[in-house]
Amino acid sequence: MIPGLNLALMAVFTTTTDPGMEPVATPFFFYLLSGLAILGGFLVITRRNPVHCALALILTLIAMAHLYLMLYAPFVAAVQIIVYAGGIMVLFLFVIMLVSIERASKDRRFNRFWPVGLAAACALMALFVSAFVKGRALFPDRMIAIPEGSNTQQVASMLYGEAGRMGQYTFAFEIASLLLLVAILGAVIMTKKKI
Amino acid sequence: MPNFIMSYLGSTVTPGEAGNQFWALIYVLIIFAGVSLAVVAMNWFERKALAHFQIRLGPMRVGPHGLLQPIADALKLALKEDIIPAEADQFVFWFAPVIGLLAAFTVYIVIPFGPSQAVSDMNIGVLFMLGVSSLGVLGIVVAGWASNSHYPLIGALRSSAQMVSYEVAMGLAVVSAVLMTSFNDKGTGTLSMIGIVQAQQQQGIWFVFKFFPLGLVAFVNFVIAMIAETNRAPFDMAEAESELTAGYHTEYSGLRWSLFMLAEYAAMIAVSSIAVTLWLGGWLRPFPNLLHAPAWDFIFSLFPGLTFGALAAIAVIGVMRMPAHPYFKVQRIGLAVFAALLGFIALFLLVIAVGARFADATNLPEKLEALLRIFARFSEGIDYVYWFVLKVALFMYLFIWCRATWPRYRFDQLMRVGWKVLLPITLVVLILTAIVGVIVS
Repeated sequence: MIPGLNLALMAVFTTTTDPGMEPVATPFFFYLLSGLAILGGFLVITRRNPVHCALALILTLIAMAHLYLMLYAPFVAAVQIIVYAGGIMVLFLFVIMLVSIERASKDRRFNRFWPVGLAAACALMALFVSAFVKGRALFPDRMIAIPEGSNTQQVASMLYGEAGRMGQYTFAFEIASLLLLVAILGAVIMTKKKI
Repeated sequence: MPNFIMSYLGSTVTPGEAGNQFWALIYVLIIFAGVSLAVVAMNWFERKALAHFQIRLGPMRVGPHGLLQPIADALKLALKEDIIPAEADQFVFWFAPVIGLLAAFTVYIVIPFGPSQAVSDMNIGVLFMLGVSSLGVLGIVVAGWASNSHYPLIGALRSSAQMVSYEVAMGLAVVSAVLMTSFNDKGTGTLSMIGIVQAQQQQGIWFVFKFFPLGLVAFVNFVIAMIAETNRAPFDMAEAESELTAGYHTEYSGLRWSLFMLAEYAAMIAVSSIAVTLWLGGWLRPFPNLLHAPAWDFIFSLFPGLTFGALAAIAVIGVMRMPAHPYFKVQRIGLAVFAALLGFIALFLLVIAVGARFADATNLPEKLEALLRIFARFSEGIDYVYWFVLKVALFMYLFIWCRATWPRYRFDQLMRVGWKVLLPITLVVLILTAIVGVIVS
């Protein structure tokens, strides 16, 4: 066989077993996914129809899950899809379908609360800007590269701790769990007239 | 050229891990074609099996024993008028089947047909599968809403409520299987689909039999939740035809409707693959630890060829039993060609399996030895895929069997089973698995 062709075939056909595989076209995917997320967010606040808003929100959430993947956080990405896109958004749609959409879409939304919303948005924006400006001092210069294979273990040992030692975030995790439990009890008490 | 083939077949990693996009694309195409073919075959088999359950003949007219019925159906659906109701939400109505289809087919990226026979092996394989397959319900919910009609809307509401309820039990059952992977020397488990099967290989037991009956109970719970999750009878509340005409896809017709069917069957195969991977040892053949002598390996490697041989034999019997009337002449020739095709595949697989047996023999000519080495790798790969597909096929039969056996649940019964029976049982099983695992290891 011609040597050049041979080499070309080798390049296509052989399986490189290099485990430290480099991601492909990172900037392209970053801008694509961020663009999709922003587009989804924009559609959420501009669409009149609540179901369209919910679908746009799903687009945003899935784009964000992909961004987590690009940040070498596959566990967070998977949980984002399961909990938000698969669970919470299905419940959202369930509730939206029960309300009368014809009437809701004719009402002007946020007709009384827009100053509050504007203030909240400005405050959040200020927070982001300040974090961006002062970020150098607050956050480490570069991320610790956790190998993809042990990402889930790392999350677990941060939340639950290694053998016999409390994890970095065990306390915060337990507080969050307790808060959710209280919310569940509250929901049950509020909906049940007689317990 | 043998070197190139060997570099493929000899690989011990998946294309995703090796970072070879071209090879990954080939796998994706193979899986896409295979799943579509499996759905077509399943369509025919379901109608036939259901008919025989009910002492009917089922499709008999198009081709011998209705073998060409799926093709006729597909043609009919492709040619049918595609109606979009005037009051429907046009874009969402158009997009809903696509969501379901995308979710159903994306899952196949991580399904391990063998230790290196998967598109990619993700560290979060199980979570990925659960997450993406739970997105499939969005297609159903949105389709029901976009139709702007009462029956589809009720179907969609039922489907979303059902999905959210059964996902909890399903997830907990999966967790108890994932927990079992961690009972080894290192004490860390894995979420990777390939890793889970390898854990079963190392521990020398399928998880369905581990800590008997804990693994079995978790498995049964998963299977029930899985049937509910894919909207199949007896939990097919979303399309209960006696109450809701056709449920969420009442307003759909033609090709769009067939996309829903394709998504439903692809999702069934996908969830069955999760069950097979987590509890039934994935690609492992029966008794790999007890019967591990080379002779046993050889006997088990003959199974794929023998299966196709048996199918060919059934087809030959069909040819012989065909009435001698000239009316059946074309059918007879067609079935004979089909039998010959199956027989040829059987012969091919048997030759490869037998050739693989002699790959290690000494003083072979160099060319022959290279060929036999390729046969050996090929035969190994076929074995893995064969056992995996066989187990999934049994699940497909289970789906049909359940549909033929049980009457449909009422909606409140469905909810009661989900929340008050499955959820507590899976929770108890999870806790007991953890306790027993800590005590034993």
